[in-house]
Amino acid sequence: MLKYDLAVIGGGPAGLAAAISAYENGIRSIVVLERDVELGGILNQCIHNGFGLHRFGEELTGPQYAERFISKLSETSARVLLGTMVIGLNSDRYITCVNKYDGVFTIQAKAVILAMGCRERNRGPIGLPGDRGSGIFSAGSAQRYMNIDGYLVGRRAVILGSGDIGLIMARRMTLEGAKVLAVAELMPHSNGLNRNIVQCLDDFGIPLYLSHTVTDIFGKNRLDKVVISQVDDRLKPIPGTEKEFDCDTLLLSVGLIPENELTRTAEIPIDFRTNGAVVYDDMQTESEGIFACGNVLHVHDLVDFVSSESEKAGKKAAEYITGGCVSIHKAATIDIKNGNGVVYTVPQKVVIGGPEKSLEVFFRVREKSEKSIVEVSSGNRIISSFKREFLAPGEMERIVIPRKLLENINESIAISVKSGGTV
Amino acid sequence: MKEFICTVCPRGCRLKVDEKKLTVTGNGCIRGIEYGKNEAVNPKRILTSTVSIEGGLHRRLPVRTDIAIPKSMLFDCMAVIHGCKTKSPVIAGQVLIENIAGSGANLIASRNM
Repeated sequence: MLKYDLAVIGGGPAGLAAAISAYENGIRSIVVLERDVELGGILNQCIHNGFGLHRFGEELTGPQYAERFISKLSETSARVLLGTMVIGLNSDRYITCVNKYDGVFTIQAKAVILAMGCRERNRGPIGLPGDRGSGIFSAGSAQRYMNIDGYLVGRRAVILGSGDIGLIMARRMTLEGAKVLAVAELMPHSNGLNRNIVQCLDDFGIPLYLSHTVTDIFGKNRLDKVVISQVDDRLKPIPGTEKEFDCDTLLLSVGLIPENELTRTAEIPIDFRTNGAVVYDDMQTESEGIFACGNVLHVHDLVDFVSSESEKAGKKAAEYITGGCVSIHKAATIDIKNGNGVVYTVPQKVVIGGPEKSLEVFFRVREKSEKSIVEVSSGNRIISSFKREFLAPGEMERIVIPRKLLENINESIAISVKSGGTV
Repeated sequence: MKEFICTVCPRGCRLKVDEKKLTVTGNGCIRGIEYGKNEAVNPKRILTSTVSIEGGLHRRLPVRTDIAIPKSMLFDCMAVIHGCKTKSPVIAGQVLIENIAGSGANLIASRNM
């Protein structure tokens, strides 16, 4: 059995930032477990630019962004195990791994950081009707075939879902000579970033059909036709609104699901709103010494935020290890609840009297609004409020609450949106 | 008057640009002014793609233009990129094609491989 102070599961942006941060906070015995043949995670296939604007003030591509962290990690004492799949985890922080060099082996760590990222939702959960010919891909797998392996997945494509990966793939396929006929989005608004709507669709004249979904698929061997229909305000297809597209490819960009099989194996409580672990403000889960960060915790829009969240997890894991692995969660805690217009918050729990001067909370809103006020309240009492010019479900929001204001609170607090008007 | 969604940052301000006077309104920060003017006169984009690589970990090497190129030249540059082949080792930032398609930008490697 191998022993480390810290084991980081996943070598993508979250794992990289967490491991580097733990090292910078004094931890020397670190192992990073990565199932792929290289570090960097999904960034390696995200060859487009736009990464790092917040963090580095410049527009990097995914591989460039990853490289900065990979080279930094290589200067630390952290050991990286590539091609290594973690197949088991328990609450005593025993990790079962498998790779082709060592077979099955166990690692015991004083602290574990969960950084497994997320995976794409596919055809099953959204109940797509029709034939099951080849040519139906999740947008991210098409992206990998294209950008890493060098295969154009089709010549004429329809994309379902206007998430960022779908939009990015619309541009990518167009640049490589394919024709993207349409992007269909079930909701009346896109979940993608504005810049992607502009640079990936508008630039190339690709139509975006809002309030539309795929209602039939034809093609016994290879896909040859996709039908989309408009939906009503209950998201039900409206008969008579069908549009047919002759195409050989359908890409699905219909959401991401945090990959929490290991979290469940370790019986760590999961928040049904985020599909990630419930965490305290120090990124620690309900299971002592096990921390979580990045897309395995909640799906982020920007990798910059994944990096900063993961650095926090790395720092807090380091403090936990150097402090003799004493959990601060034995102290009193309060819950953060969804108020009006809020879909989820991270963290979900706060330790009263925690060491920091302020509490950072990330959340998502239910609908678009302008000139809104974000309110933090406990019972009937408003603790603090924040003005926001523009809120949208596609963009994660962040507020920083001074801890002083939380001193006399012993119930839960709620975060809610008072809208100036919906857009 | 032309209207654009500013893409300098994820905020996505709605810009209104007077093409004659070149005045920009609706911008939330100073960077929006330049974006709005350029978008009205000569819209530019950074182009990213991949090129064939021999002897690397993968079959494709991600590449980008080092500076933004005129939007109208995207497909001219893609034609050049389609014919580009390289060999490992390549260092991130290495120039693969100078002044690609006469755009004034260099095509550079996005990563080591």
